Amino acid sequence: MTIERNPGMELDLDWVMSVRANRSAIERRAATIGTRRTVKKDWQAAWLLKAVACIDLTTLAGDDTKNRVRRLCAKARQPVNQGILDALGVGDMGLTTGAVCVYHDMVETAVEALDGSGIPVAAVSTGFPAGLSPFHLRIAEIEESVKAGAKEIDIVISRRHVLEGNWQALYDEMKEMRAACGDAHVKAILATGELGTLRNVARASLVTMMAGADFIKTSTGKESVNATLPVSLVMIRALREYGERTGYQIGYKPAGGVSKAKDALNYLMLMKEELGREWLEPELFRFGASSLLGDIERQLEHHVTGRYSASFRHAMG
Amino acid sequence: MNVKEIFETMEYGPAPESAKEANAWLDAHGRKFGQFIGGEFVAGKKHFNSVNPADGTHLAKIAHGSKADVDAAVAAARKAQPGWAKLSGHERAKVLYALARLINKHARLFAVLESMDNGKTIRETRDIDIPLVIRHFYHHAGWAQLRDSEVPGYEPIGVAGQIIPWNFPLLMLAWKIAPAIAMGNTVVLKPAEYTSLTALLFAEICGEAGVPKGVINIVTGEGDTGAALSTHPDVDKVAFTGSTEVGRIIRKATAGQGKKLTLELGGKSPFIVFDDADIDSAVEGVVDAIWFNQGQVCCAGSRLLLHEPIADKMIEKLTARMKKLRMGDPLDKTMDMGAIVDIAQLNTIREMVVKGVAEGATLIQPGNEDAATDAQYPVQLNAVQTMVAHADSEVAELPPSSNLPEGCFYPPTLLTNCDPADTVMQEEIFGPVMVSTTFRTPAEALELANNTRYGLAASIWTENINLAYEIAPKVKAGVVWINCTNQFDAAAGFGGYRESGFGREGGREGLFEYLKPAFAKKLKKAFEPKAADPSGVVKLDDIDRTAKMYIGGKQARPDGGYARHILSPKGELIGHVGEGNRKDIRNAVEAASAAKGWASASGHNRAQVIYYIAENLSARANEFADRIAAQTGVNKGKAVAEVEASIQRLFTYGAWADKYDGQVHSVPIRGVAMAMKEPVGLMGIICPTEAPLLGFVSLVAPALAMGNRMVVVPSAQHPLSATDFYQVLETSDVPGGVVNIVTGDADSLAKTLADHYEIDAIWHFGSAEGAKMVEEASAANLKRTWVANGLVRDWYDAEQGEGREFLRQASEVKNVWTPYGE
Repeated sequence: MTIERNPGMELDLDWVMSVRANRSAIERRAATIGTRRTVKKDWQAAWLLKAVACIDLTTLAGDDTKNRVRRLCAKARQPVNQGILDALGVGDMGLTTGAVCVYHDMVETAVEALDGSGIPVAAVSTGFPAGLSPFHLRIAEIEESVKAGAKEIDIVISRRHVLEGNWQALYDEMKEMRAACGDAHVKAILATGELGTLRNVARASLVTMMAGADFIKTSTGKESVNATLPVSLVMIRALREYGERTGYQIGYKPAGGVSKAKDALNYLMLMKEELGREWLEPELFRFGASSLLGDIERQLEHHVTGRYSASFRHAMG
Repeated sequence: MNVKEIFETMEYGPAPESAKEANAWLDAHGRKFGQFIGGEFVAGKKHFNSVNPADGTHLAKIAHGSKADVDAAVAAARKAQPGWAKLSGHERAKVLYALARLINKHARLFAVLESMDNGKTIRETRDIDIPLVIRHFYHHAGWAQLRDSEVPGYEPIGVAGQIIPWNFPLLMLAWKIAPAIAMGNTVVLKPAEYTSLTALLFAEICGEAGVPKGVINIVTGEGDTGAALSTHPDVDKVAFTGSTEVGRIIRKATAGQGKKLTLELGGKSPFIVFDDADIDSAVEGVVDAIWFNQGQVCCAGSRLLLHEPIADKMIEKLTARMKKLRMGDPLDKTMDMGAIVDIAQLNTIREMVVKGVAEGATLIQPGNEDAATDAQYPVQLNAVQTMVAHADSEVAELPPSSNLPEGCFYPPTLLTNCDPADTVMQEEIFGPVMVSTTFRTPAEALELANNTRYGLAASIWTENINLAYEIAPKVKAGVVWINCTNQFDAAAGFGGYRESGFGREGGREGLFEYLKPAFAKKLKKAFEPKAADPSGVVKLDDIDRTAKMYIGGKQARPDGGYARHILSPKGELIGHVGEGNRKDIRNAVEAASAAKGWASASGHNRAQVIYYIAENLSARANEFADRIAAQTGVNKGKAVAEVEASIQRLFTYGAWADKYDGQVHSVPIRGVAMAMKEPVGLMGIICPTEAPLLGFVSLVAPALAMGNRMVVVPSAQHPLSATDFYQVLETSDVPGGVVNIVTGDADSLAKTLADHYEIDAIWHFGSAEGAKMVEEASAANLKRTWVANGLVRDWYDAEQGEGREFLRQASEVKNVWTPYGE
């Protein structure tokens, strides 16, 4: 699946300001995603494997070391025990996670560790997580990471531009960051937990897409509130609208707080229901998660053996 | 399909809820049920089949209740009632609480059984129906506990006969039984013939819950069973939910029987989307409005009114959304829509859609492009053999017509470009069919919304609070949902205006449907004074005074040009009044209809006018007292007392005019459900014979205070106090048309008023025969009625003659739900 990259467009403030987001109605819809749909048995197993394929396996800790990152990369190559994959009849599919996501300093290590796997390395960037370092340094950080081999850059927006209603500034900032990324794909982290209202989330989503974001992403994982289904609904409706008007498909990445297999299934169902089958591929959908994979592995083993699993039976990342 | 293939297609697989337990329960009963009477199951004689509409399987044989069964059930309820009513509120509360807990314990069994019996999806029974049932019993356990302190001066009515529909079988049972028994009534409930099973399961747990024998009786059966129940002479209260057609029959059949009646009937509720709405959320609202329970919902938002600027966009988004709806095996947990309850209903839906298309509507049925031609051939299926839902594929996502589940299914449907004159815009379809049209302005939206004989619910979508609260009070509907739809809760009243019926279920307002004033049992039959024989003595004033009628703020001569003699008790001629006829009533109703401003006048403003009436009456007290004495023969002292009581009564309603507040109900959403008090609208008031002035004032003043406009028919025998009164009205700033007075033969004028389609309510304080006539005639447009049945109140007694009972009868409760959050 190849996605034609979103080139962006002029900032259309009329559109940005016309968005509506009725929180109660959005919450009602979000609450029934998991009650209107479910997947059982083989379908559940297949969907969980799909979730694995869409994970940006992430480590963003101050105590990360090269070896820690190498271990994570090994897990990305072999996210699920081969025996389980064989039992599911997918042992030859070459299942990997969608990407490995690290800080800039670990990009080089990750790229080396993933060499030949086809798994892209994503770098969080631009003064992640707060995005308050000098602007020229934020741009330079992107360029350094790209140079180091990152194929994807997860930038953070300046929340203050949203809170101050300075959409032009947000647009300009995003546009420059996109330019700095070059051929690397850019995911715009909105830090939705800090934007105050769902309308702001919708507006920020539109502005970053207009400025050329390939993906929009909820959170750094460091805010007190990270990815939620209602916020996701607002963002994917915005990207759907953007796609309808411009013809470009934008990707979506919920990050932070998605740690259970059941949650992952709800997100996949949300994407399928609101956007369609195409958004169930890593080209258009990622989970930003560190502990989700462990829960999925346990569910898959249960599916295969009929026995509830234990975490120590699965290789750590 | 193996895991690898699913990984590519990413389809939903089957996710069936097991029917094992429900089938085991049916088997344990030999798939044959009797009647639940007096705490025991009694074998039936005749039976009919209950069928699962999704696959045509036979579920059980249901007893067809006979008149004898109904007699036995009513007798059991009657026998149990005094004991039940005598229990303390706490004792009754414990029983309701136990019912709530037991339903909770068996929640999944109820949910599965309901889905099998009705065809609705397990998601809905599991997540909506059954939780609301439990909530209803919990909530009303509370009202049982609080009745004595919260509604003092009221008593249970007695035995309630309750008839419920098939669309929410157990939920409607809960709505009926919980408030009835909480207030101390006993009940005989008849489930709908298609869906009796959960009621029978409920009957079974009544014993476990400690419901005393006879307090709850369930009689299954068909239409004749319901008819026997609703007209049973020993039933004191009839509560019916179902079609407007049957509601009308019940209204007529029970006329004059002195039964209290509530009717929850059909609807054609507007779903209004303004250009500043959150359109994606409004689309989801439509899903919840009309594709919930296959559109078989009385309050379903079924008329989509779209603001022109967003109409095309909304239709586009809706069309896309419809493609995502999944229809199939109701017990499959991934289905949005299940089966239509019965082939008969399915055929009705098909015929309506065909008619809509024939009348020019554009059919949108994604994936079923041949539907228009398909639908021309009514389904004639062998239900048992052909109803097989294909649940194991994605058929509903983009189903060519041949792939639609066979049997009792109908796909989500949207008819656009409809006009108000189209049949599908006027008549209830009761299926998953939304009809739509557009509007230009809020005023036009309102006009379209109210252009219906119904008035059950409305849904308003806008992000502008000013607009939402501009429309909500003006739309004729008992329930208004702002930026939401189909929200229900035990704490909020539910019920309609116009031909959607009358009465409220749920909330404090719903309690009064199962209560009567404690003094009611003490009321005596009216002593009908014989009309005096003319004595030939003429006692007219020096200068001839002409008592005219009062219509549209002007004194009017009778259309027919005839006058009637008014005699004193001794037969002396004391005056004349016009002999009103049909046309006078017509003119008076037209005048009342035109006096729109009164309904929106502030409470303070109405209070001022009512106080002013009192002031001006006081100024002429002596003259009014003389007139009373002349008409009734009471001594001057008594006559003066009646005038004084009338002045006091006016003060009472001047006081009430700005104090009969609404409520904010405590419903489990982040938001408010406001129970707003509104005027009923146009009222016909037939005054009592006794107390010519006080009787008149006691009825007119509360109607005025609540903002109604009215046509008043004074006592036929003593009308002169009322005709004198228009001079007081004229000098008291009462806007023309708000109070109209038509004199003449009370019963024939009452008949014209009761027949009149524009009159919303009629109060009849006259004979039992008159009450029967009024109740019967009111069925034409299902207007509210309040009749004295020939019983006389003591108008001097404040408990009987004024207060909240009058205000309740003079107002409607509209529940406006507004979820909020940014």
